Amino acid sequence: MGEIRTEEMLMNIGPQHPSTHGVLRVVVKVDGEIITEADPVVGYLHRGTEKLAEDLQYTQIIPYTDRMDYLSSMVNNHAIVNAVEKAMDLEIPERAEYMRIIVVELNRLVSHLVFLGTYLLDLGAMTPFLYAFADREQVVDFFNRLCGARLTYNYMRVGGVKWDAPEGWLDDVRKFVPYMRSQMDMFHELVTGNEIFLQRVKGIGKFDADTALNYAMSGINLRATGFNWDLRKNKPYSIYDRFDFNVIVGENGDCFDRYMCHMNEILESLKIVEQALEQIPEGPVMGKVPKILRVPAGEYYSAVEGTRGELGVYIVSEGKDKPYRLKFRRPSFVNLQLLPEMLKGQSMANLIAILGAVDIVLGEVDA
Amino acid sequence: MADFFSWVDKPLDTHAVLNMIIGAVVVLAFILGVVTYSIYFQRKLIGWMQWRIGPNRVGPLGLLQTIADVLKLLIKEDVVPEKADRPIFLIAPMLAFFPSFMVLAVIPFSANHVFTAYSNVGVLYYIALSAMTIIGVVLGGWASNNKYSLIGGMRSAAQMISYEVPLAMSVLGVVLMAGSMNLVKIVEAQIAFPYVWYIVPQFLGFCVFIISATAELSRTPFDLPEAESELVSGYNTEYSGFRFAFFYLAEYVYLFAMSGLGATLYFGGWSGPFLSGWIWFALKVTCFIFFFFWLQATMPRIRTDQLLTFAWKVLIPLSIVNLVLTAVLKYLLH
Repeated sequence: MGEIRTEEMLMNIGPQHPSTHGVLRVVVKVDGEIITEADPVVGYLHRGTEKLAEDLQYTQIIPYTDRMDYLSSMVNNHAIVNAVEKAMDLEIPERAEYMRIIVVELNRLVSHLVFLGTYLLDLGAMTPFLYAFADREQVVDFFNRLCGARLTYNYMRVGGVKWDAPEGWLDDVRKFVPYMRSQMDMFHELVTGNEIFLQRVKGIGKFDADTALNYAMSGINLRATGFNWDLRKNKPYSIYDRFDFNVIVGENGDCFDRYMCHMNEILESLKIVEQALEQIPEGPVMGKVPKILRVPAGEYYSAVEGTRGELGVYIVSEGKDKPYRLKFRRPSFVNLQLLPEMLKGQSMANLIAILGAVDIVLGEVDA
Repeated sequence: MADFFSWVDKPLDTHAVLNMIIGAVVVLAFILGVVTYSIYFQRKLIGWMQWRIGPNRVGPLGLLQTIADVLKLLIKEDVVPEKADRPIFLIAPMLAFFPSFMVLAVIPFSANHVFTAYSNVGVLYYIALSAMTIIGVVLGGWASNNKYSLIGGMRSAAQMISYEVPLAMSVLGVVLMAGSMNLVKIVEAQIAFPYVWYIVPQFLGFCVFIISATAELSRTPFDLPEAESELVSGYNTEYSGFRFAFFYLAEYVYLFAMSGLGATLYFGGWSGPFLSGWIWFALKVTCFIFFFFWLQATMPRIRTDQLLTFAWKVLIPLSIVNLVLTAVLKYLLH
């Protein structure tokens, strides 16, 4: 008996699909439930941030970065202010540097918590999502007290930060650290030890370090393959060289390793926050910077370790108060490139598991 | 009361038919109440497990929330997709619902089994009829003219047919022990000497039963036919308003029916000391329902191939082992 001929079906996963995390559209060809071809189509959200930046003064660009990777606005802020400060060779007060580190690492932590929650939601479990969001809420409250926003935090300025921490804020963060550590144990018990979860993620969406490097992947997607690369360690910026923390790497580069990297990075961020709280000196939080910022003519590139990988800022300046051209290297966009290869031959259910583990934010894909 | 509704061994005259109709309406009203408050129970329970409050606004303690939800569903616009296979699309939810209601005919709610049939093929009737729901689900998925729905429908066909086998085979262990397929007699056999509920001698069978039942009910971790994160709700994506409510209703009636079947087969049905039979039955059914909801709060979703592999390579061999062990046990005891 010959093989039964089957017909392939074209399906659009997104842009309104609940698991495409925004407005991604993946056009997939499926044979039954098996994907034979996948093509991510991006551009539905495109806000034109880079183009808009050409008409904005450097300080005015900061709130636009809030909206790129809206789960880690503080990190985005850090990227742009860091780039301008480097280009202008500005001095930052010590206290402001520490405040930046505290908020950036807290932001990394909550972004990872959102990953944890939404990833499990993708896999059909709702409870971890609510637990993760309950914990995230506490950090969101910290940010709310600090800068008045709950999502698009606008706290950093070129030359420092907008305000010092309100009274009791640092103490409350200090109390939060051990609580969050205990919560991580709970998450491991609830999720990591679950046999169904392990069956769904182990060995799925696997790629090696060479492939990741060839596709210019960065962040957890790269580190999960076992490649040790973290800008905070390899090309230290700000005051990261003052802290003792580990770069978390995986072994197999599968969805499970990416999940574990997220989980362990939360603990590392807590470690950094704890040390920053111990070391933070008294003093001003804003340096002396000119009222109108003019970046000397030339080309500058500066990058920070974003939540999802290397977040780079490339400035072409003509020496004016606005950039001639501004380009963001957005890790989510870069990381998404490997998706078609990862999806080929996988089942529909794995599509969601793989896409979720790549951990993209569409605001960053379509900035 | 019991006498009024007792139509067993009586000629089928107008009076008997009328009684049957009244009985059916009473059971339907009862089951609608059960479904309403199962949903409320689910939302409260899972809310508690997820650090939330659950319904607490409509009526005292939110007790009227589900009723408000149902009313809302009933008055919603009846949307039928333009390119759907209209007649099949319209009839599918009913096809899914009817068997779920009909299986209740053989579940003995109490010692007097007022509204239920004293059928000598009760178990077989339940298994056979519950399989009919697959048709409604598959047709609904097919007729929607939606690719997610189609995959959802196909998944549910594969899933329900696969799990029907270990479910039926696990139940055979009980049938063998009791020597009857009559659910009332199965309960009575558990009450008789040595007064041991079948959960003890049939523990392996019970494990297979409870897993298969979870899959049959399409509940977490086997909720693949309506995987909202993969298939945008699956076979019922295009359904809205009261047609969606029918699918939903079928799901929750089955939840009750399957819990009732589990309580009857393995936990002695209505039997228990001090309290009335129906209270014991209700308590046992509630425990089963609690278990299904609890699973929902703790488990992620399994993948289709893993699901099918699990049914054919793990559950079916286990149920065969259970059947053989039961036969040996039965032989040794007699």
